[in-house]
Amino acid sequence: MLERIAAALRRLGRQFINAIWRLGYASRFFLLVLLRSGTSFRRFRLVVKEIYFAGVLSLIIISVSGLFVGMVLALQGYETLQKYGSAEAVGTLVALSLTRELGPVVSALLFASRAGSAMTAEIGLMKATEQISAMEMMAVDPIARVIGPRFWGGLISMPLLAAMFSAVGVFGGYLIAVVLIGVDEGAFWSQMQNAVDFRYDIVNGVIKSVVFGVAVTAIALFEGYDAPPTAEGVSHATTRTVVTSSLAILGLDFVLTAFMFRGA
Amino acid sequence: MDRTMVDLWVGIFVAIGIAALMVLALKVGNASTTFNVGETYHVSGDFDNIGGLKVRAPVKSAGVVVGRVDQITFDNERFRARVVMNIDKRYQFPKDTSASILTSGLLGEQYIGLEAGGDSENIKAGGSLKLTQSAVVLEKLIGQFLYNKAAEGDSKK
Repeated sequence: MLERIAAALRRLGRQFINAIWRLGYASRFFLLVLLRSGTSFRRFRLVVKEIYFAGVLSLIIISVSGLFVGMVLALQGYETLQKYGSAEAVGTLVALSLTRELGPVVSALLFASRAGSAMTAEIGLMKATEQISAMEMMAVDPIARVIGPRFWGGLISMPLLAAMFSAVGVFGGYLIAVVLIGVDEGAFWSQMQNAVDFRYDIVNGVIKSVVFGVAVTAIALFEGYDAPPTAEGVSHATTRTVVTSSLAILGLDFVLTAFMFRGA
Repeated sequence: MDRTMVDLWVGIFVAIGIAALMVLALKVGNASTTFNVGETYHVSGDFDNIGGLKVRAPVKSAGVVVGRVDQITFDNERFRARVVMNIDKRYQFPKDTSASILTSGLLGEQYIGLEAGGDSENIKAGGSLKLTQSAVVLEKLIGQFLYNKAAEGDSKK
C-alpha cells in the first residue's frame, strides 16, 4: 500500500519536474530566437518567404471566416436590438466586438491551426530527417536560419491578418444590416464611428494580435524543435501546438482584456 | 538578388493589411478626431455631481464636438468632482462660459455641454469654468416630482 502511494508520488514529482524543465528549455529557446534574429533580418528574403507561407496563404480562410462572423453578428445583433427600437446600433455592436475581441482572437485561433500546425510539422520533420543536425554540421545555425525567419514572419503576419478579419467582418455586417435588412446607412456608419475609438479599441486590438502572434509562433516553433524525431513524435507535437496555442490565446485574451478594458 | 513572385504576393498581402488597418481607423473608428492630440488645451470645471459622466466623453458646444473629457477626480477639500477637459485649440471660449452635464437622448451617454458667455476675454489654457451645472439624477427628479404631487394633494384638501 505504502509502496504504491510512494510510486504515485514519485511519478507526480517526475511529471512536475519535467514540466518545469520544459518551461525552462522553452524560455531559453525563445530568448535564443530573439538574440539570433539579427541574422534573419540581414537575410530578410527568408522572412518574406515565411510571410508568404504564414500570411498570404491564410488570406482566404481569414477573409471568408471574417465575412461570415461579421454577417452572423449583424443578424444576431439586429434580432435583439430591434426589440428596443435601436436597430442602427448594430453597426456599433459589430465593429466593437470585431475590433476588440473577435478579430484578434478568432484570427489567432485560425492562424494557430493553419500556420502554427504547419510550422511544427515542418520543423519536426526537418529534425526527424536530420536536416537540422546537417545544418549544425555545416556550421549553419538552425535557429538563425530556420526558426528566426518563421518567428518574424508569423509575428508580422498576425496583426495584418487580424486587421483584415475585422475590416472584412465590418463589411459583412454592413452587407447584412444595410443591404439585406435595410438599416439606415448613415446611422449605421455614424453610430459606429462615434462608438469606436482609435486608441482605445483599434490600437488595443492590434496589441492583442501582436501578443497572440508571438505566443502562437513561439509555441509552434518550440513544439517542432522539441519534438521527438519520430513520426509519432511529430504528430503528437502538432496536436500539442494547436491545443496549447488555442488555450494560450484564450488565456492571454482574458488577461489582456482585464488590463485594457476595465470600464474606465 | 532578383525579384520573385513571392515578393509580389507578400507585397500585396502587406498592402491589404495596412489598407485594412486604415479602413478600421478612418471608416470604423474616429481617428480623425483623435489624431489632433497636440492641438488641445486643458480646461477644468468643478461639479456637484457628475452622474454617469466618463473619461473620453465628448464635450459639445451647440451640438458640435469640441473636445473630450480627459480626467475626472474627486476634490477632497470641497467634496466636489473636478473634471478636466481637452478642448481643441481651434475653439476658444469666453471666460464666463458655463458647463453643464447633459444626456443625449433618454438613455444615451452623458456629455458636457458648453454654453458661451458674453465676456470679451477668452478662457486661458489650464483655466477653470466657474459656472457649472450638475448632471440630472433621475431618482432625485422622480423623488421631487412625487413630493410636489403629494404637496399639491395636501393643499387641495
